[in-house]
Amino acid sequence: MIAPLADTATDVNVGEQIVFWVTAILSVAGALGMVLSRKAVHSALWLALTMINLAILYVANSAPFLGMVQVIVYTGAVMMLFLFVLMVVGVDSSDSLIETIKGQRLASIVFVLGVGILLVWGIGNSMVETSSVGLDAANAEHGGHIEGIANVLFTQYLLVFELVAAVLITAAMGAMVLAHRERWTPRPSQRDLARARFTDGGHPGNLPNPGVYARHNAVDTPALLPDGGTSDISVPGPVRARGDERSFDRVDIEEVRAISEGETTLPEEGRE
Amino acid sequence: MTDSQFGLFGADPWWLVLLKVVALFAILVLLTLFTIWWERRVVSRMQNRIGPNRVGPQGLLQSLMDGIKLALKEEIIPTSAHLAVYWIAPVISATMAFLAFAVIPFGPEVSIFGVMTPLQLTDFPVSVLYVLAIASIGIYGIVLGGWASGSTYPLLGGLRSTAQMISYEIAMGLSFVAVFIYAGSMSTSDIIIAQEPIWFAVILLPSFIIYVTAMVGETNRAPFDLPEAEGELVGGFHTEYSSLKFALFFLAEYINMVTVSALATTLFLGGWRAPWPLSLWEGANEGWWPMLWWLLKVQIFIFVFIWLRGTLPRMRYDQFMRFGWKILIPVSVVWIVIVAAARIMRNDVALSTTEILVSGAVVIVVLLVGSWLIQARQDRRQRAIDEAEAEAAAAPFDPMAGGFPVPPLPGQSFTYTSRRASAQGTTIVQERAAEVVAEEDDDTSDGEDNNG
Repeated sequence: MIAPLADTATDVNVGEQIVFWVTAILSVAGALGMVLSRKAVHSALWLALTMINLAILYVANSAPFLGMVQVIVYTGAVMMLFLFVLMVVGVDSSDSLIETIKGQRLASIVFVLGVGILLVWGIGNSMVETSSVGLDAANAEHGGHIEGIANVLFTQYLLVFELVAAVLITAAMGAMVLAHRERWTPRPSQRDLARARFTDGGHPGNLPNPGVYARHNAVDTPALLPDGGTSDISVPGPVRARGDERSFDRVDIEEVRAISEGETTLPEEGRE
Repeated sequence: MTDSQFGLFGADPWWLVLLKVVALFAILVLLTLFTIWWERRVVSRMQNRIGPNRVGPQGLLQSLMDGIKLALKEEIIPTSAHLAVYWIAPVISATMAFLAFAVIPFGPEVSIFGVMTPLQLTDFPVSVLYVLAIASIGIYGIVLGGWASGSTYPLLGGLRSTAQMISYEIAMGLSFVAVFIYAGSMSTSDIIIAQEPIWFAVILLPSFIIYVTAMVGETNRAPFDLPEAEGELVGGFHTEYSSLKFALFFLAEYINMVTVSALATTLFLGGWRAPWPLSLWEGANEGWWPMLWWLLKVQIFIFVFIWLRGTLPRMRYDQFMRFGWKILIPVSVVWIVIVAAARIMRNDVALSTTEILVSGAVVIVVLLVGSWLIQARQDRRQRAIDEAEAEAAAAPFDPMAGGFPVPPLPGQSFTYTSRRASAQGTTIVQERAAEVVAEEDDDTSDGEDNNG
């Protein structure tokens, strides 16, 4: 499929071609979408699409380990953390396109061109000058590509591997140290919080509901206390602050009592 | 390393592959319907109820009817939703749930329409990693669903769910490592072959326990179902979803349950291999019988899921995260080191049993002495710290020590004094004020004198 790296350039079958063209188009589309999206979350999603398609390409190129690790590490962990931060910070609106760093665009174009030239040069070199032996011959020594990778990683590149691990752990520790807050007072436990809630005479549970009478059941009606008075806290604070609290009307209560005890009948207009 | 079976895969004709794919799909959907019914019945029994028993025999068709009802319900999309992402999130969730099952082995080679083929869609050298990778893409469905709903509770639920799944995926991946070391392979079919004499659940018991714990966290099930804590987050990430999209999330959750159970079966319980008393029978590991053993083992795990839900209260979020990061992961790492060391001793250093026992005793003695020394040192240090703290606590707290506002040292408590009072010297204004007060005092005392 990516023919030049293998000896068997002519062995490309239809299935491989289909896989190549689909993933190639999707990964380029994902890259473009990532650059052109206005929303940060959309950019992250496009990038995830590119990563997944690259992983499929790796698998199709007989490098399943690389493909899976790419998905687990980059798509599953790194991109997910990006998304996480974007969502927590709430970068919801589209970012402005004004250059914040002077000459950023020019610099980025120069760097992109530089990386492009390096890549083309490196890959071209490897295609022209290095002779490839094919996958089977390369895997023959250790009996499989995973065994081969493990062998190289844990012998020849062991020091580099461990250095990278150390750098990453240092970065993580650094972030934790920077974000660390020294506690000067002990953290209040659930018991402390509960005790504090109940001892200072506040209202630990729900506030009483507004009064529901036969005539009124809106939140502006205060609840009736056992002693016949009204409860102020049963009416929401804003209603009280606006002065919209309905004054307690004893006539209503009296009327309801009279009706319920059969002393009078309901008013005529209330009946069918 | 045992003989690899990869020669068996990739040789199927196209119609057989298609047949396997359709069969997998059907099995998963049926298992989901069955699991929902089974869960409701079992939880009912545990709560002294009867559970659904009206639709079909024993209420077996209840979840099918519920599914049809769910699909026909009105779809409500919030106006603040990010439409494209809102649409794709449940699709990602459900698709990834199905995909993960491609590498799960159901049984040995059987004959289907005259073609000998293993009862497994496909396998490759890193198929267990493939399951991990697919699971990590599946999380996207949840986090995107939470974000795209454009509402607070789903966002919080989605974030919780993601944090939880990422954290527990680490413990899960670490529990695989011991299996990989013992099986010498990362492919599911090879791992089953490697469990020929004895299950990995027995020889790698800590890994098994860690995996079973992590798989409950990974699937957001009780007691780790914090993303769906009704009292805190309504429905979590799927609060704003309704109709078929909600059904997809629901389907994904139950398929994930089956997937992690099947993976546990494959990695630790010998997969489709018959358990001990049955394995005495010659034909137990041939033909279609293994699929039955596989199904029974998976159902045991699913029963455990249901049992947990019926028994345990939900954990608090900070306890849950502390458990994952401070207990499961360190224990896994230590266990992997032990397994790797044991493996190297068996493979590279030919040791006799006596030598292993003697060296083990030496190691234990060294550890004991070392821990005693460390403990003694820590005690000394702690005493010194306590003394220093007591000394500091005895000294009064100076909120302006060194001329700057400072917090209290450990052991000291806040004293809310006026800054001005502790400031050195007095300002001109204060002096003037003091003079005025003094004059007034003089005046009043004069007046009193006059009155008297």
